Amino acid sequence: MIVHLSVLQVIIPLMAAPACLLLRKRELVWAFATLATFLTFAVSVLLLSQVMQSGAISYEMGGWEAPWGIEYRIDMLNAPLLVLISGISAIALLAARTSIENEIPENRHSFFYIAWLLCMAGLLGITATGDAFNVFVFLEISSLATYTLIALGKDRRALWASFQYLVAGTIGATFILIGIGLMYVMTGTLNMADLAQRLPEVENTKTVFTAFAFFIVGVCMKLALFPLHLWLPNAYAFAPSIVTTFLAATATKVAVYVMIRFIFDVFGFEFSFTHFPLQEILMTLGIAGIFVASIVAIYQDNLKRMLAYSSVAQIGYLILGISFASQTGIMATLLHMLNHGLMKGALFLSMAAVVYRLGVANLSQMHGIASRMPLTMAAFLIGGLSLIGVPLTVGFISKWYLVSAALENGWWPVAAAILLGSLLSVIYIWRVIEVAYFKSVTESTPDVKEAPFSILIPLWILVLANLYFGIDTSLTVSVTQMAAADLFGGLR
Amino acid sequence: MEFLGLFNYWVVVILMMIGFYIVICSNNLIKKLIGLTIFQTSVFIMYISMGKIEGGTAPILAEGVTLYSNPLTHVLILTAIVVGIATTALGLAIVVRIKESYGTVEEDEIHAKDKKA
Repeated sequence: MIVHLSVLQVIIPLMAAPACLLLRKRELVWAFATLATFLTFAVSVLLLSQVMQSGAISYEMGGWEAPWGIEYRIDMLNAPLLVLISGISAIALLAARTSIENEIPENRHSFFYIAWLLCMAGLLGITATGDAFNVFVFLEISSLATYTLIALGKDRRALWASFQYLVAGTIGATFILIGIGLMYVMTGTLNMADLAQRLPEVENTKTVFTAFAFFIVGVCMKLALFPLHLWLPNAYAFAPSIVTTFLAATATKVAVYVMIRFIFDVFGFEFSFTHFPLQEILMTLGIAGIFVASIVAIYQDNLKRMLAYSSVAQIGYLILGISFASQTGIMATLLHMLNHGLMKGALFLSMAAVVYRLGVANLSQMHGIASRMPLTMAAFLIGGLSLIGVPLTVGFISKWYLVSAALENGWWPVAAAILLGSLLSVIYIWRVIEVAYFKSVTESTPDVKEAPFSILIPLWILVLANLYFGIDTSLTVSVTQMAAADLFGGLR
Repeated sequence: MEFLGLFNYWVVVILMMIGFYIVICSNNLIKKLIGLTIFQTSVFIMYISMGKIEGGTAPILAEGVTLYSNPLTHVLILTAIVVGIATTALGLAIVVRIKESYGTVEEDEIHAKDKKA
């Protein structure tokens, strides 16, 4: 059993999804899906502790030895991400049963859970696999499930958002496919570790350059790097709230992981940063993304859309961390990946609670809402503080490492830009706090009760995680530090 | 001579650009999906061309044959074809529902209706 953990990670949700079809009753399906997700979560926690004790785990699928067979490889880089994906999914599913009551027609509930499980299986698969083509396959599994989940939103604009994402996502995935094909043609292998060994022999060829360019652009489409982010705000705003919670906390992080894996591990640090002006491109787009998206976020009335733009800005920080091309920079990115998952999870889940009671999450209808839904808005407040990067929250830790990575490179203006970006997030979070806490209740404020406990409990689990990992950073910092050291240790 | 030698790849690039152009410039959602399919198909052809080795035969063990084509790229692209079909099917399903709720499959009309709402 223990030796098969790496594959169980993916197999459990993948098998649970069709099994849901047999259960029919939606409560049963929910219970079963949640159980499967918690099992997956337990598996990924076990994997993480195993990796921390004894180093990377390599699993040969079907007993075929790598590089001929497909290898699953769990190391310091992806083990924490697996925990994040399955953890957020488990917590969100707890709240899902209540949250989708008002947002998805009852006869579609079972299908919702099936698509959810498939999406999670895909995301976990991308993260766990050590095979380049497998990345593409799992990417498509998770993407197709995501399009379905977004199209389930009750507003008809969800359909249009889903279609736009389908077109953008398919183009991105096809670019990735081209990149992988060109890599294969030059090296004759698809295994990532094997690719890393063989690519240097042929690295000065046009084909490898083209492969790199196609692959990176394809991944940037998937991770919604500014200016390729256009599909994201609508998709997040009109998807069912609980779906947005899950996707915002995990999907883009997985794409960032793929990017790190290929830039640093497969193509290698030297190839990526000496043959291409990657540093300049990523830094410019990262900073532009932070500013443009944050400013657009300030002007949104729909809070889900506001948080979606804020997600685009946060992706800017992640990319900025990669562009530092230093051990501290990569560590900051990894840390922010985990931390941003926690804070966006909490923020979007509090919006799910608001949508459950109000039907919408429009700021113009939330005057004095904090007096009606104190626990929900308190959760939003803490999540918001974490997003800004106030001490004692996870946001502070990641901003701290980002700024110190910038200073380590001697890039003062970039450090200043990071702080300015945080100030912009103060503005858009403050707008909400002001309306919710300091405006008196008006006639346009709907007469609502506090959200039900089935949403509040998962929400506060996430909020407390935000605080806990902001105070006791030993786990997250040591894990990401080791992962960053691994990435850079491979060079020497 | 080099141009003819790379004939397959020229076809791939031309098809890819045709597909990409349709996706970007077409106003009709069905046409967009057709463009997307052409775009994906061009990559399938690229993979299939990659596996061919000059003078190689089908990869079946037989006496007196030493040179085989590489079957792996073909197997890979079978998977990608399945993915492509699933994407097209899902895309068409979404278009059906867009038609049901908007009453149109033209992009500009959808935008106009969203603006009014």
